[in-house]
Amino acid sequence: MLIQSSVKVAFKALKKNRFRSFLTMLGIIIGVVSVIVMDAIGTGSSSDINTRISSLGTNLITISPVSARDRGVQMESGTGATLKKEDADVLLTEVPSIIYVSPLVRTNAQMKYGNRNWRSSISGVYADYFSIRDLEIENGAIFTINDEKNMAKVCVIGKTVATNLFGSNTNPVGSTIRVGTIPFLIIGVLISKGSSGMGEDQDNVILAPFSTVQNRMLGNDNIQQIYVSAKSEDVVNTAVSEIEKALRKRHQLLPSASNDFTTSTQLQVRETLNTVVNTITVLLSAVAAISLLVGGIGIMNIMLVSVTERTREIGIRMAVGATGIDVQFQLLLEAVVLSLLGGISGILLGLGTSYLVSSFAGFTTIVTIKSIIISFIVSTLIGIFFGWYPSRKAANLNPIDALRYE
Amino acid sequence: MQAVISVKNIFKIYKMGSQTLAALNDVSMDVMEGEYIAVMGSSGSGKSTFMNILGCLDVPTRGEYLFNGESVLNKSKIQLAHLRRDNIGFVFQSFNLLSRTTAFDNVELPLIYCNIPAAERKIKVEKALVSVGLKDRMNSLPNMLSGGQQQRVAIARAIVNNPKMILADEPTGNLDTRTSMEIIQIFQLLNDEGITIVMVTHEEDIAQSSKKRVVFRDGKMIKSEDTENRIIASEQLLLLPKLEEVIL
Repeated sequence: MLIQSSVKVAFKALKKNRFRSFLTMLGIIIGVVSVIVMDAIGTGSSSDINTRISSLGTNLITISPVSARDRGVQMESGTGATLKKEDADVLLTEVPSIIYVSPLVRTNAQMKYGNRNWRSSISGVYADYFSIRDLEIENGAIFTINDEKNMAKVCVIGKTVATNLFGSNTNPVGSTIRVGTIPFLIIGVLISKGSSGMGEDQDNVILAPFSTVQNRMLGNDNIQQIYVSAKSEDVVNTAVSEIEKALRKRHQLLPSASNDFTTSTQLQVRETLNTVVNTITVLLSAVAAISLLVGGIGIMNIMLVSVTERTREIGIRMAVGATGIDVQFQLLLEAVVLSLLGGISGILLGLGTSYLVSSFAGFTTIVTIKSIIISFIVSTLIGIFFGWYPSRKAANLNPIDALRYE
Repeated sequence: MQAVISVKNIFKIYKMGSQTLAALNDVSMDVMEGEYIAVMGSSGSGKSTFMNILGCLDVPTRGEYLFNGESVLNKSKIQLAHLRRDNIGFVFQSFNLLSRTTAFDNVELPLIYCNIPAAERKIKVEKALVSVGLKDRMNSLPNMLSGGQQQRVAIARAIVNNPKMILADEPTGNLDTRTSMEIIQIFQLLNDEGITIVMVTHEEDIAQSSKKRVVFRDGKMIKSEDTENRIIASEQLLLLPKLEEVIL
């Protein structure tokens, strides 16, 4: 039988009961829309994460002390007492794969300028910190080695702090603000970086020389973190091993003892986040796949009903010369047209929904060609698979009985 | 003259549980080219079973069936389907047209399964519709046609592929007297042109339009005789009152 006529007959049969055909397609449509949108959200999120993490610098290694335990309760990270400034200095000499090192101390403080105030945290760092974290000055300069030596009361602030203390139109460089009880001269303002992938406002920072903060504001020699920049992305893992070796040696840890510090690299963070996103995407896609399965069952159900309803018609066709193969092919085609129409509608709707999601829900969505092609192929296969049994049933009808069917 | 169909000692036996039923019990018949046979008999006499076998919709349990000299018994389902498509036209009591399908598309149906190009199909379909006088109703749906017109479309479908034989099962069963005669008129015309016709009927007038009458009872053919005082439909139609006259 010519394919053209068969397609014509298939469409006519589906048009005969438009509402029923639509309801049958619904399962497929919903499944395909879900697949496309879930995949788009997943891909968009991955892309977002990668971009944001790249902006933080992929060579970044962060070393934190092991968290303190207060009567069995684990405190937040950075509260341990196992890292000191000397650890940072040692790393610079002993670890060949890294180029920059900076220890970090941090404390919360109330900042005041005139009648404005702002609560934030002030961090004490080496000048190299700016290179490690990819921070650039929009206005002014960063501190010098002398500032570090002299515990100078200077600072560099981020855009959020500047706006909250000075408004958007004033240049803060040259002004003095009070941090806690100590006056600090603002020598620079950072270029805005926006929020990080983890929801922090990267512009809500005040950076001052390490010695200044540790000696003038803090009472002990514990540091919260050490920031290290590896020479390149490729040597990050090597650098981590070397760092562990150097610190274990300095802390005189026995081979059986575990590290009294933790290291984390941006690569790890990125991988973790990507794994999370991927897992969620896979789970959601599984749900979408179930919807497609249900849609397929719906198609099989309707095709079975259709075969029963058209028993007489099939008998007539067989009487005038249709073979079992002709009958099976025609009904299979109807099932495939049904599922494919559902698939294509789903793809188009999926594209629209992804766009709406990114516009109104704020998620980035990137529709992949892969998801479109897979949806297309799967829709076709569902039509063939779930249409097979009903079409076989029709092909095996006895024309005599079929003609007599009421 | 060639025997279009030759059945020799055919049996059709059904097993229902422990019972054995012989729907056809040793039937032999030759149908020659150009014959016009009326098959009669009460319900359960075997005439429907006989027609099904004749039409290659069913195969006998035992016996020989030759169509155009070729045995049909070893043919596959597909071969039988092609045989029907090319050689046999069916006309049913309840017309059996595809609903919501135009007259044109209905008549075209056997040709679709022949893989003939569309242009050629169109010519054949129109020719068939002309010969039953329905060319102007080509695009009508069955529910817009009268019973007689629907049956004429069915006849057009049956002859569109130039079959050797038409098998009709109570073709006038759902039609009034006048329309029945109109249908028989078409059959007789087709028969004059050389098409063999085998028709099942229980109506005396209709049977009298044939050239030969056979009677079935209990699975056997008990009578086979030439029709005496054959009725010619065109003459009958002149005698029957027209609808308009009756209303007056």
